[in-house]
Amino acid sequence: MKFMLMMHAPRGNGDYAINHWKPEEFRAHMQFMKNLNKDLREAGEFVVAEGLAPPGQARIVRSKGEGAPEVTDGPFAESKEFLVGYWIVDVENPERAYAIAGRASTAPGPGGGPLGITIEVRQVMGAPPDSL
Amino acid sequence: MTATGEHLLRELAPQVLGAVVRRHGDFGAAEDAVQEALAAAALQWPRTGVPENPRAWLVQVAGRKLTDQIRSESARRRRETKIALETPPEENVAPPPDEAPAQGDDALVLLVMCCHPALTRPSAIALTLRAVGGLTTAEIASAFLVPEATMAQRISRAKQSIKSSGVGFVMPAPEERSASFGAVLHVLYLVFNEGYATSSGPTHQRVDLSSEAIRLARVAHELLPDSGEVSGLLALMLLTDARRAARSGPNGEIIPLDEQDRSLWNQEGIAEGVRLVTEAMTGGAADSYLLQAAIAAVHDEAARAEDTDWPQIAALYRVLMRISDNPMVALNHAVAVAMTRGPTEGLALLEKLDRDPRIKDHYRLDAVRAHLLERSGTVAAALPYYVAAAEKTASLPERNYLLLRIAGLRAEEARR
Repeated sequence: MKFMLMMHAPRGNGDYAINHWKPEEFRAHMQFMKNLNKDLREAGEFVVAEGLAPPGQARIVRSKGEGAPEVTDGPFAESKEFLVGYWIVDVENPERAYAIAGRASTAPGPGGGPLGITIEVRQVMGAPPDSL
Repeated sequence: MTATGEHLLRELAPQVLGAVVRRHGDFGAAEDAVQEALAAAALQWPRTGVPENPRAWLVQVAGRKLTDQIRSESARRRRETKIALETPPEENVAPPPDEAPAQGDDALVLLVMCCHPALTRPSAIALTLRAVGGLTTAEIASAFLVPEATMAQRISRAKQSIKSSGVGFVMPAPEERSASFGAVLHVLYLVFNEGYATSSGPTHQRVDLSSEAIRLARVAHELLPDSGEVSGLLALMLLTDARRAARSGPNGEIIPLDEQDRSLWNQEGIAEGVRLVTEAMTGGAADSYLLQAAIAAVHDEAARAEDTDWPQIAALYRVLMRISDNPMVALNHAVAVAMTRGPTEGLALLEKLDRDPRIKDHYRLDAVRAHLLERSGTVAAALPYYVAAAEKTASLPERNYLLLRIAGLRAEEARR
């Protein structure tokens, strides 16, 4: 069964907090993510993983089908968190998806300790209906 | 490669692999070599024609690839360690056994090995499709919509688990057979289910997993013709697959049995399924797959939904409940009771399931309750359960069906 693991980062003061990390802190973070993805590939569970460009570059697009679509600077100002990246994994059961998310959540941040990032785990629809 | 040629190759794949493993031992390496031999045949045979003994040709080519592999491996090791091996690799290879075992046994041993409980289910499924089904890694990856590298890794890990768990290429001992074959049937069932669930999507370029599961179940049935379990599984697949053309709407949403256009059902599949069920039941078998197949047969034999022999179905579910403590069976039984004796009796049976932790939060319990409430004429009471079911299911066709049902009921309510 496939799950999408969405990594949400706090918005802070509207700034991209990672800009203030020390180089070694950021390197450790990158190394952690690289290892995680490598392990997922080796486990035969990896479907896709992407990091998203900072939210400052986000645009919100709307259209009701008439005229040019409306494009505004996003994301929604009121949201406290934003999506920084996601994985789709194909695993044997939900518990395994939670375990992967649990590990992703411990990615190191400033000072080298675990960030405890919020990871939202959602099943990808299309799984066979449960039978006997 | 022509369809027939491809069919022949895939049919020969497990036999060839069996022969190569028996001769050379290393399952993982042998499996790679056989894949290479199959690929070589797919390239060569259309030009040169199919050899007189295609199986022997494949065994020979795979054997040669394996020997090459062992040679280059040991050459690499020699270069690295600068130590010459004392014996040439050819002599490390066990001689062919005097008496070749029956080819069918090889295929069965392979199936058991690929579905070994030491493997995770996704690994077992992937390995079975490749080693027994003769599919390429790319085909399996695309069937499951994962990258080819991920599927390759899954297969290689599966082989590694087989190696490290010390599972030999031997027929399981008689006392272990039932469990081993049970695991095989479960894997085939999962492959079928996966195909059943995904076949409404954009599948024209993907391997049809349901058909593949049916093909493998046929292989299992030929190997174990007297097993009621295997006959039951094959029949269940055929009887379910027979409704394929009728069971989804234009946007992939599920069409429930009682609303399906039965003229679209595949009568040939139904006839074969019914025959298998009848034969096995006459032989006195009564296991879970067979009973499920018998229930599917009763549905398939009704020309119209209202002709369905519900008392018969309720009786079969009662037998099924006696042999397996599965809450999903109890849920289906409640539906059959509702259809025979009215929705109130069905609803009463659901109360026990509300206390069963295995099913109390399952969307199907909500969906069934909604359906029975609707049948009893209390649409307003049914709606929240339909909504709960739609919010819980992870099956897209199922959710879309539930949402359409909700919308339809709301529209009906508004007209009143």
